[in-house]
Amino acid sequence: MTEMLSYEFMQRALLAAVLVGITAPAVGIYLVQRRQALMGDGMGHVAMTGVGLGFIFQTSPVWMAVLVCVLGAVTMELVRSRGNQRGDIALAMLFYGGMACGKLLVSLSAQAGAGSLESYLWGSILTVAPADLTAIAVLGAVVVAVTVGLRRQLFAICQDEDFARVTGLPVRTLNLLLAVMAAVTVTVAMRVVGLLLVSALMVVPVVAAQQLTRSFAATQAASIALGVVVSLAGVTGSYQLDVPSGPAIVLLAIAVFAVFSVLAAPLARRRHRASADPGPKVCDVELPDRPAGSHPGQLPEQSSSDTTTPGRRAGLAQ
Amino acid sequence: MTPPTPPAVRLRDAVASRGGRPVLRGVDLTVQPGEVVALLGANGSGKSTTVKAVIGSVPLEQGSLELFGVPYAGFRAWHRIGYVPQRTTAASGVPATVREVVSTGRLPQHRLLPFRRRDRAAVDRALHAVGMLERAGDGVADLSGGQQQRVLIARALVGTPDLLIMDEPMAGVDAASQQVLADTLRAEVARGAAVLLVLHELGPLEPLIDRAVVLRDGCVAHDGPPVPNTGLHALPGHDHVHPHADHTPPRLLA
Repeated sequence: MTEMLSYEFMQRALLAAVLVGITAPAVGIYLVQRRQALMGDGMGHVAMTGVGLGFIFQTSPVWMAVLVCVLGAVTMELVRSRGNQRGDIALAMLFYGGMACGKLLVSLSAQAGAGSLESYLWGSILTVAPADLTAIAVLGAVVVAVTVGLRRQLFAICQDEDFARVTGLPVRTLNLLLAVMAAVTVTVAMRVVGLLLVSALMVVPVVAAQQLTRSFAATQAASIALGVVVSLAGVTGSYQLDVPSGPAIVLLAIAVFAVFSVLAAPLARRRHRASADPGPKVCDVELPDRPAGSHPGQLPEQSSSDTTTPGRRAGLAQ
Repeated sequence: MTPPTPPAVRLRDAVASRGGRPVLRGVDLTVQPGEVVALLGANGSGKSTTVKAVIGSVPLEQGSLELFGVPYAGFRAWHRIGYVPQRTTAASGVPATVREVVSTGRLPQHRLLPFRRRDRAAVDRALHAVGMLERAGDGVADLSGGQQQRVLIARALVGTPDLLIMDEPMAGVDAASQQVLADTLRAEVARGAAVLLVLHELGPLEPLIDRAVVLRDGCVAHDGPPVPNTGLHALPGHDHVHPHADHTPPRLLA
């Protein structure tokens, strides 16, 4: 452990993991709330074009990816807010185009090599350069400030957009802000989890946390805590086992989700018992026209023309 | 001649379409302060679109909208309006408690400032009014349809609005919740709030209603005192004009 921490590249990788573990679920929770869980995935595809442009122009792929990804996110948000019925097709074009364009640009660039794009796709702890770390820290701070600071406002627009408009919130501006934050998060997380798995770190900690929580605030706090834990553990595991960091982090997160799902069922039952008297478990209403104890399955066919269930009929007879 | 207090809603000659299909073809709708107006009509007659035009979520292609005497573009006093959307569910992709959902109704008051004690007290009052205070910490997804509707009404009441807009508040609501809803509405009207209700038929709320506006195919077919069972009359096939319609001349554009 101390040996691992003595390497500068590992110090950077672990610091980046903490930042990514906080940022990704902080934004991801709003995407999950709006049932747009796969949006981050699309943005990861679009960001590949940015990485490709960075390769071509020999500039920092991170900043190039931020630029392209923000443009892509704004486009996606405009398509979404129009409520266009062919919106999904427009998004598909954007996603596939982004990925194809990225690969093409990288192969055209001077640094074309098998490993160069690979590290962006799956994440790599060896490649977090000091400049990358600065970019990750600055962008991450902005994202956390917005997503936690504007929690009530963003919660309102993702919960019920029409209602949010009637409270006088600048709905369009907030939607665009959220899209930009998601885009920035994709690029922040790209070095650690990789573009193809970015979305997982935005979604899985949230979905795992909500197995055990009831409130939005608790879900947000728990998912950030989970994000940090799985990112740190994943990067450490990646060092120990010499595997890419992205898959290690994501598989860990999914394992946590599985454990929480198993724990959730008895917890929900106990809560249910604690809340209110749910009434008898089976119907205890006797139908007037039938002797008690006759089995509902033996009902004569002509007794009913509709598909009312025995339970419902009992309720009607009451 | 401008009346001393401008109407809460003044929608004039509203034309709007959704997905390229014209839905409103020149709708006039006025709600005076303290007045309870029911918007009736068959499915597809443009009731919900009219309400969405009033809150600005469906843009007008023609016509004008004033809220409390202020043109829509310049209207900022959103705290004066409480909106209850047509309910599908109050739940979203992430769990949220009843209190968290109702608290969003307080956003016009506290804006970017932190949520304070008086905001919390307002949320408690609104939850108490709909009989859901003891469920404040429960997840909205765990509630029945009627209870979710009561939560959405509490969310609209939390800012003590001067105009309450409700889209089909009685749809899919159990009897107990209907009673709570009617009582709540009565209390709001007694307080002096104006109410714009979208209803499929007048039903149990009938005694509260001052005026009924019936839409048909995106046009106003009746604007006057409520007629019992107006909802049935508004169904396709009942395309007669009510005899008393000349009290308040309707715009018959059909």
